[in-house]
Amino acid sequence: MSKCRNLFITTALAGCIGAVPALAETLGLGRLALPEEIAAWDVAVMPDGRGLPPGSGNVYDGEDLWIDNCAVCHGDFGEGAGAWPPIVGGRGTLTAARPLKTVESYWPYLSTVWDYVNRSMPFGAAQTLEVDEVYAIVAYIAYSAGLVDDDFELNHENFTETRLPNEAGFYIDDRAVAEFPVFKQEPCMSDCGEPVSIVARATDLNVTPDFPIIRNLYTEDLADAPTDRDAPTQEAMVPQDEPEDEEVQVVATLDPALVAEGEGAWRQCRTCHQIGEGARNGTGPQLNNILNAAVGQVDGFRYSPAFAEAAESGMVWDEATLDAFLENPAGLIPRNRMSFRGVRSADERAALIAYLTSHIR
Amino acid sequence: MTDKPEDALAKPRGASRRDFLRTAALAAGGVALGAGAARAATPDPLITEVQPWASFLGEGVDATPYGMPIHFEDHVVRRNVEWLTADPIASINFTPIHALDGTITPQGCAFERHHSGAIELSKEDYRLMITGLVERPLVFTFGDLLRMPRIQRTFFCECAANSGMEWGGAQLNAVQFTHGMIHNMEYTGVSLRTLLQEAGVKPEGTWVYVEGADASSNGRSIPMEKALDDCMIAFHANGEALRMEHGYPVRLVVPGWEGNLWVKWLRRIGVHDGPMESREETSKYTDLMPDGRARKWTWEMHAKSVITSPSPQMPIGHGPGPMVITGLAWSGRGRIARVDVSLDGGVSWQTARLAGDPGDKALTRFYVDHVWDGQPMYLQSRAMDETGYVQPTKDQLRAIRGVNSIYHNNGIQTWYVNESGEAENVEVS
Repeated sequence: MSKCRNLFITTALAGCIGAVPALAETLGLGRLALPEEIAAWDVAVMPDGRGLPPGSGNVYDGEDLWIDNCAVCHGDFGEGAGAWPPIVGGRGTLTAARPLKTVESYWPYLSTVWDYVNRSMPFGAAQTLEVDEVYAIVAYIAYSAGLVDDDFELNHENFTETRLPNEAGFYIDDRAVAEFPVFKQEPCMSDCGEPVSIVARATDLNVTPDFPIIRNLYTEDLADAPTDRDAPTQEAMVPQDEPEDEEVQVVATLDPALVAEGEGAWRQCRTCHQIGEGARNGTGPQLNNILNAAVGQVDGFRYSPAFAEAAESGMVWDEATLDAFLENPAGLIPRNRMSFRGVRSADERAALIAYLTSHIR
Repeated sequence: MTDKPEDALAKPRGASRRDFLRTAALAAGGVALGAGAARAATPDPLITEVQPWASFLGEGVDATPYGMPIHFEDHVVRRNVEWLTADPIASINFTPIHALDGTITPQGCAFERHHSGAIELSKEDYRLMITGLVERPLVFTFGDLLRMPRIQRTFFCECAANSGMEWGGAQLNAVQFTHGMIHNMEYTGVSLRTLLQEAGVKPEGTWVYVEGADASSNGRSIPMEKALDDCMIAFHANGEALRMEHGYPVRLVVPGWEGNLWVKWLRRIGVHDGPMESREETSKYTDLMPDGRARKWTWEMHAKSVITSPSPQMPIGHGPGPMVITGLAWSGRGRIARVDVSLDGGVSWQTARLAGDPGDKALTRFYVDHVWDGQPMYLQSRAMDETGYVQPTKDQLRAIRGVNSIYHNNGIQTWYVNESGEAENVEVS
C-alpha cells in the first residue's frame, strides 16, 4: 500500500517537474530553511544598502563603543595599534611608495564596513554587537574619516548617503587585455640576453626565519651538517633545576579539577594573552606569575594610561583584585584597553584564578 | 653546461638509442670527475656489522593506529613568518614544498590561512544553508551531503599573496616562504551545481556569496558561471576527512582561483543579483596599480612555476656530478603544457621532463636530470600553460603593475647556486 502511494507521489512529482525546468534534477534532499534561520545567517549587506536591518547609532555613542571594543587594536582614533590595521587616514597615498590603505583611503563602500563590523568584529568576540551598536561604530568610523560631523547619526534610511572617497578607484580584472598579449609570446630558448649578474639578494635584508638546511648527503660527512634532529636532543639534555620543585609546591595547594576547569575558561583569554612556558606579550601581556604581582608591571608590555595610573596607585593582583577585574574589567580600572566584557560566573572566575595561579614559578 | 638546450627541446620525453649512448658517455665523465668515489678505503660497518634494526624487533601493528612521518622527517613542517601579521590567529603559514616530491600535498603540512583561527566544528553540528534568489531556501546536514552524487578531483589551492613579499625585490631566502602558500589535494565531495539545483536558482540570481562558519565568517562573491562550472563542496582530501585547519567538515573548492575564495567551514551560499563587495573582496584581494586605482575580481591564478630543489633550504650537498633539479608548475587556466629551465639566469633554456600527465588546475612536477660541473648557476623555471600563456619575469610584471599590488606575483624565481652548492634567493639584471 505505502509502496504504491510512494510510487504515485513520485509520478505526480515527475509530472510537476516536467513543467518547471528548475526542478528537473532535484534529489529532494535537505529541508526548507525557516524564516528565523534565514534571518540569523543571511545578514550580508550590499553596497546599495540591501540587507541592512532597521536601526541607528550616532558618533557620540560610537566613540564609547569604539574605545571599549575596537581601540585596543585599531587605536583610539582609528590610527592603528602595533601591527593591527589602521582604519582611517592615508588619503592621497595610493600612488606613494608606501600606500596606506584604510576605510578612508581605499575601501569603496560603507556597506562593507557595516557588514564586516557586524559579522567579524571585534576580533575574538565576533557577532556580539547589537545592531544599533554597529551603526554607532560605523558612524564613528565615518566621523574619524572626516566624512560626517560629530552630531551625525547613521541609520538604515540615510545609510547610502555616506559615500567613501575611493568608490571609483576600482576596475574589473583586465589582465586578459593588458597582459596576455605581452605574455603569450613564443618563449626564447637561446641567446635570450647578456650574461646576468646579481642585483639584489634576500640575505641582505636578513628577515627570513631560521630553518634547517637539508643536505641530503647520506655519507659520513653528514656529521658536519647540523640537522633538525640535533636540536631537540640537546634541549632535552639541559638539566632541569629547582624551580620545577617550587612549581610543584604551589600547584599542590590547588584543586586540580578547578585548574582544569580554569584551563577551559582560559579559551576566552588566549586570543590576547599567553601563559606557561615561553609565554610572550601579544595583544595583552603574558600572564605568568600574575598572582600577587604589582599591576601593570609585565616586562616589555605597553600599558594604557589607565593601567599605568592603577600601577602608580600600588594596586596588586591578589585574588580579590583579580576577581573584581575578571568580573568587570572596566569597573575596576576604567578606560583600560582590555576589550573584554568580563566573566559573570563567580565559579568560572575562581577557576580562572586557579588556572592563573597554576602558572607560578 | 653539459646539456645543450636545443637537444632537450627536440627530445623533451622518452629516449632514443643515441640519447642512451650519450647518457652513458656522461656517466663515464662523472667517474672521471671523481664524483663517483668508486672505491672505498675501508669496509662500511653499516654493511659489515649487524645493525640493531637487523637483529632486534621493531614496532608492532598496534603501536601506531594513526601514524606520523618517521622522526627523521621532523623538519618537514609548516613554518610561519612572525613579522608578517599581528597575530598567529589571523595569519598564514607555509608548505615545506622544498622537502616534498610528487604533486599531492599531505594535509598535515599543507599551508593554513585563518582569519579567526581554525575552529572545531563537528559533522553533527554542521549545517549548510542556501538562501537568496532561489526557489527553495534549503538547509542541509552533513548526512544530506553524503547522499548526493559524489565527485573526485585534484586541484591546487594557492593564496593570491603567494610570493607577495617579493614584489619589491628578493626578500625571503627560502622557497617555503617565497612559494609555500600552495597545496594540491585530491578532493572528494559534491558539485556546487548539484546543491544549487536542489534549491533552484532564479533567473535573476547571477552571483553566489559563500560564507564560513568561523568567527571571521569570511565571505566572497563568485559569479554564477563559475559556481555552476567546476566548484566543489569538499569533505575529503587525499582520501581522508579534511583536517580541522583545512575546513573540517566541509570546505569550498574553487579550482584555479585564489585561495581566499575556498571558504572553509562553509555554512551559507547566498544567491544574489550582484557581488556583495565584502571586506575580503574590496579592502583585500584587490590589486593596487601604479596609477592609484586597483584591479578587482582578479580571481584567476596565472601560470607559475618554481624550482623546489636545489633551493636555499635544499643546497647541493654532493659536489659536481649527476643531480636532480626539480620543481612545481601550475596554472589556474588549465593544464601545464611545458616547463623550461635555465641554468644561466634566462640566457638559455632547456625543456624539463614533466612527471606524469599534467592535470587541469593541478600541480605538475618537473625534473631536469643534470650533471653539474661545479660552476655557479642561476636557476630559473618558466611555465607555459595550454592557453599559450608563458610565466612572465618579475620585471615584466612590475612594468605593468608596479610593486604595490601585493597579490598575484607569478614572476620567474631565480636561485643563485654557488660553487659549494649553496643556493640563495636573488634577482638578476
